[in-house]
Amino acid sequence: MMDKPFAITLDPGSSLANRTGSWRTFRPVYVDRLPPCNAACPAGENIQGWLFHAESGEYEAAWRTLVEHNPLPAIMGRVCYHPCEGACNRQHLDAAVGINAVERFLGDEAIRRGWRFSSDAPPSGKRVLVIGSGPAGLSCAYHLRRLGHAVTIDEAAAQAGGMMRYGIPKYRLPRDILDAEIARLIDFGIELRLNRKVSDVLAAKAEGFDAVFLGVGAHIAKRAYIPAGDANKVLDAVSVLHGMEEAGPPLLGRRVVVYGGGNTALDVARTARRLGAEEAIIVYRRTREKMPAHDFEVEEALQEGITFKWLSTIKEAGEEDILIEKMALDEKGFPQPTGEFERIPADSVVLALGQEADLSLLQNVPGLSIEQGLVKVDATMMTGHAGIFAGGDMVGNERTVTVAVGHGKKAARAIDAWLKGESYVPAAKHELATFERLNTWYYSDAPKTVRPVLDIIRRQSTFDEVLGGLDEGNALFEARRCLSCGNCFECDNCYGVCPDNAVIKLGPGQRFRFNYDYCKGCGICAAECPCGAIKMVPEEI
Amino acid sequence: MLKQIEGSRAVAEAVALCRPEVICAYPISPQTHIVEALGEMVKAGTLAPCEFINVESEFAAMSVAIGASAAGARSYTATASQGLLFMAEAVFNAAGLGLPIVMTVANRAIGAPINIWNDHSDALALRDAGWIQLFAENNQEALDLHIQAFRLGEELSLPVMVCMDGFILTHAFERVDMPTQEQVDAYLPPYEPRQVLDPAEPVSIGAMVGPEAFMEVRYLAHAKQMEALKLIPAYAAEFKAIFGRDSGGLTHTYRCEDAETIVVAMGSVLGTIKDVVDEMRETGHKIGVLGITLFRPFPLEAVRAGLKGAKRVVVLEKSMAVGLGGILSTNVRMALSGLHMHGYTVIAGLGGRAITKQSLTKLFLEAEQDALEHVTFLDLDWAIVNKQLEREKAHRRSGPVAENLLRDIGVVAARNY
Amino acid sequence: MSYQPIKFYQTGTFTVGNRLLPPEQRSVQAQQKRYNSLNSGHRACQGCGEALGARYAIDAAMEATNGRLICANATGCLEVFSTPYPETSWQVPWIHSLFGNTAAVATGIAAALKVKMQKGERRHIRVVAQGGDGGTTDIGFGCLSGMFERNDDVLFICYDNGGYMNTGIQRSSATPPAARTATTPAVGETPGNVFGQGKFVPAIALAHDIPYVATATVADLRDLEAKVRRAMELSGARYLHILVPCPLGWGFASHETIKMARLAKETGLFPVFEAEHGEITAVLPIRHPLPVEEYLKPQKRFAHLFAPRLRTDVLTRLQALADRNIQRYGLLEKP
Repeated sequence: MMDKPFAITLDPGSSLANRTGSWRTFRPVYVDRLPPCNAACPAGENIQGWLFHAESGEYEAAWRTLVEHNPLPAIMGRVCYHPCEGACNRQHLDAAVGINAVERFLGDEAIRRGWRFSSDAPPSGKRVLVIGSGPAGLSCAYHLRRLGHAVTIDEAAAQAGGMMRYGIPKYRLPRDILDAEIARLIDFGIELRLNRKVSDVLAAKAEGFDAVFLGVGAHIAKRAYIPAGDANKVLDAVSVLHGMEEAGPPLLGRRVVVYGGGNTALDVARTARRLGAEEAIIVYRRTREKMPAHDFEVEEALQEGITFKWLSTIKEAGEEDILIEKMALDEKGFPQPTGEFERIPADSVVLALGQEADLSLLQNVPGLSIEQGLVKVDATMMTGHAGIFAGGDMVGNERTVTVAVGHGKKAARAIDAWLKGESYVPAAKHELATFERLNTWYYSDAPKTVRPVLDIIRRQSTFDEVLGGLDEGNALFEARRCLSCGNCFECDNCYGVCPDNAVIKLGPGQRFRFNYDYCKGCGICAAECPCGAIKMVPEEI
Repeated sequence: MLKQIEGSRAVAEAVALCRPEVICAYPISPQTHIVEALGEMVKAGTLAPCEFINVESEFAAMSVAIGASAAGARSYTATASQGLLFMAEAVFNAAGLGLPIVMTVANRAIGAPINIWNDHSDALALRDAGWIQLFAENNQEALDLHIQAFRLGEELSLPVMVCMDGFILTHAFERVDMPTQEQVDAYLPPYEPRQVLDPAEPVSIGAMVGPEAFMEVRYLAHAKQMEALKLIPAYAAEFKAIFGRDSGGLTHTYRCEDAETIVVAMGSVLGTIKDVVDEMRETGHKIGVLGITLFRPFPLEAVRAGLKGAKRVVVLEKSMAVGLGGILSTNVRMALSGLHMHGYTVIAGLGGRAITKQSLTKLFLEAEQDALEHVTFLDLDWAIVNKQLEREKAHRRSGPVAENLLRDIGVVAARNY
Repeated sequence: MSYQPIKFYQTGTFTVGNRLLPPEQRSVQAQQKRYNSLNSGHRACQGCGEALGARYAIDAAMEATNGRLICANATGCLEVFSTPYPETSWQVPWIHSLFGNTAAVATGIAAALKVKMQKGERRHIRVVAQGGDGGTTDIGFGCLSGMFERNDDVLFICYDNGGYMNTGIQRSSATPPAARTATTPAVGETPGNVFGQGKFVPAIALAHDIPYVATATVADLRDLEAKVRRAMELSGARYLHILVPCPLGWGFASHETIKMARLAKETGLFPVFEAEHGEITAVLPIRHPLPVEEYLKPQKRFAHLFAPRLRTDVLTRLQALADRNIQRYGLLEKP
């Protein structure tokens, strides 16, 4: 030891005796904010959470995080209209993260590698009947199974999948993908009984089930009265698309008119093109801007040679043509007849005017009420009849696969609570991680990876999938575009920028801890946190 | 080994024998020959390993020495006069940090007016900087004191200033006995710093100390200096054992037995004084000399012991406390507290003014008669001084003093003012 | 864990760390067990840029020298807040001598170490000298220039916060034009600091043709660390000038320290570059160009340029300074 002079020479690091934390008037705290993608996801996916794993190339961990909420990532990665991307904060920087593409990559990777579901929950001894094997039913069955319940699905059709099979064309959802994800669910221990149409739900429940989830979908086409000659073919979209799976392709002729403006109308028109129709015309009574169909689908349809008659209604269908009336939008934006008519040649007319649910199995269920064709459910997805829950297309007008999956999950959790004699209270949501919360300086400039789009000729003639997937390289890149809004991604900024070394790094995956003995409360950590995961709160005196 | 060499060369060779590791040099007369000689030795490789650094100022010279010393190297520099004042801040700092730097001060007057000749104003201006200050009487002693200075400074962890009269000693060719390397090595162990900058044991040197401990730090510096009073005689004795001669110590008395009048002085003027004393003794005057080798810490006890038998003390000094009188004499007075004797301050030899035997003889005779003023300015040209004083009384703006005086003595051509 | 060989990252190297980066690209500051050469408990103000810059730089130097480092420190904020008796925050061998002599003290240390190594008494140890802008560009400039000119083996780091903050925010030769300080008050016809010829010491260092000169800010950590690393690869006199915003002296909120450094760089008012042997070898380009007002407006020391009346004349002159930097150093060129 040195002979150190008094006071002038000091031992190293002795300032630890000086607890500068007492200077603080504000203290930083780590928070998890709700990323806008998660907030926007109808299925309640923890998107930021699974992207976090994907960023490091840990795809199985990413997939496992994903399927905590959604058992159908390969399907969802194709058919979801990804409201997450619409909410993504990255769009304010360059372009939204291609969440849907990464989800599909993970789904496909899981199929390719044969990853299986697992559950640690002990068997509950309870049995739940799920009616319908569409996305709502499958999702509900899956989550119930994860929670330890025995689940049986009754499906009226010959194959499982509901509208995913009978409503979505193959070029958007290849059937091997659908089959693989359903097979994984069966493999998980869910009993599936096909060709079993339930006509009386109470009777079915009485066969030893403790609860029932209804997910029968909406398979009945809405019709409009169109005077038509005998020879003319007026079909509906549901039966056309259903026929593609079962009875065989319907005969639509060379010139096909599709009546309607939703996604189903586009599905039919694009299917008709692939079946050989030279002309596929969509007749819609309002404008393109007012169309309920997604714009990207309209764009794809236009690329494939589909034509549109905007502001038109069909007045009558003749043998070889149809009569349409021109419409004009009034000041409120509603279409009004103009008295101008036009005839266009058509071999067939397909009505795509929406669907309704077949609710015949719900007759005489005490307490259960139906309004405007929809089954009424409470916040926990339970109908007016205790123990009977419902979800998917039969309970709401927002009819997407993703919404249905979300309903199924929510219902499963509520059923689980109900079976335990508890009431389901969803976890409180974190404060939203808005763009203003981010410090975007830290993110690299990295525009969205464009998914390969199938060659146009092949799209017009075959039912091959239109949109390609990402390979591992660009999936990883895309995942790494995630800003991790509101959730620490261990960038070490707080740890680095603290002038007082008052942040303790806990190691990979463990995040950080503030050392309030020394934190002076300057707030640099919060200001320089890229993702807004630190909040300054007033110090209590 | 006996050599007839210049004082600067003798000091340089002695310093080299002490195996310095870092030498910093900035030119200023009259110390330049010392560092020139050392620089040559380093460049030639005869003094190795050693870093010789040509710095850009005296302030840097002392600062480089501070850094080198704190990193554990035996460090040396030399300066004088304005240079010493320019480095003053660092001089205090080296002492405060307790770094055993050895520095030669080739004593020289301080301007303005600028003057390159010898007096003790420079070293005495920094008497309270915390350094040990040794004054050499002759070149042999200058040489010897440097060897002792490293030993002393390193033992106490204090810097040491070895003062030698500029030109009078630095530029004088005298016979000296140059020790051998073996002798010096036997006397001076390798430098073992008390504290050192070392990654193996990191410390912070040079902390800010507030009122809560500053007085204590200052007292400890004082206490450490006081230790030198014990060490110096011991080291001088050890020196004598190895080198065979008396050198260093606190004070030296000369013919003080039964002396009624004792003259106190520092540096080379002691030689002249001793000559005068010898002559006066021959004619029966009871006069002796007390030479002060150690000025800081001031050897109060030794001075008191040396002077207490006398009736009067004449302090002859080459320095001046403007507005008071003498610096050395003020210090000597402290040693005489309670003793009843006459004390005279004589300011002599400022800016290189010759101190002659004739003037000294006259001075000492007057002192014996107690006919001296309390403060006497030896050989002051009162005619010139009085003329300027009158001029200033008459005209507030009477022109620059130095030029007026030079004009009066005819050195500068007269101009009209 | 294996690392993906992919070019793009979520945050690139903009953040302090990134769990996805290969180890060689990770910052010293991201290490779980980093040196913390300047430890907690120091008495710097909240949000002190100098405390941050000093830890960044000295930790990087420690990493580069494997802990074989000695520091000399000028008088100033850094010295006062880090070593008031009885506590020091330094974990490296460290010496404070005076305000104006740090470069010379470091020279002395380096000289001593060289001799000690020749004697076989010590292994290789490197020397860093550090001080604020006052201790570098003003009172310490003589010793600094001398150290450069002799090419002594010292890295001198200036933490530039644009004034004498420790003594109460007085002007230094590094204070920007128009800035208000205690000795350049915002009164009279030409409020704030004068528009002089400027004293940009990095450029003066360049003129010494020393092995390495660089500037950096606390907003670009990787850049700063890379420069320290490069500096430690070289020997001889090296100079690193780091902009360290001062919340107190500049008048901004304590959480905006890094933002201010970023704005200084992005507006071009503080050029970030590096040079070897007198030639500029690289610049850190501006990422998102901004007008100088973006930097000036949040700072109280420039408040008199915006109220009671907008001093467009002064802002134009300041913008011209930024434009000159952008042009002179090529700050808008893509690397």
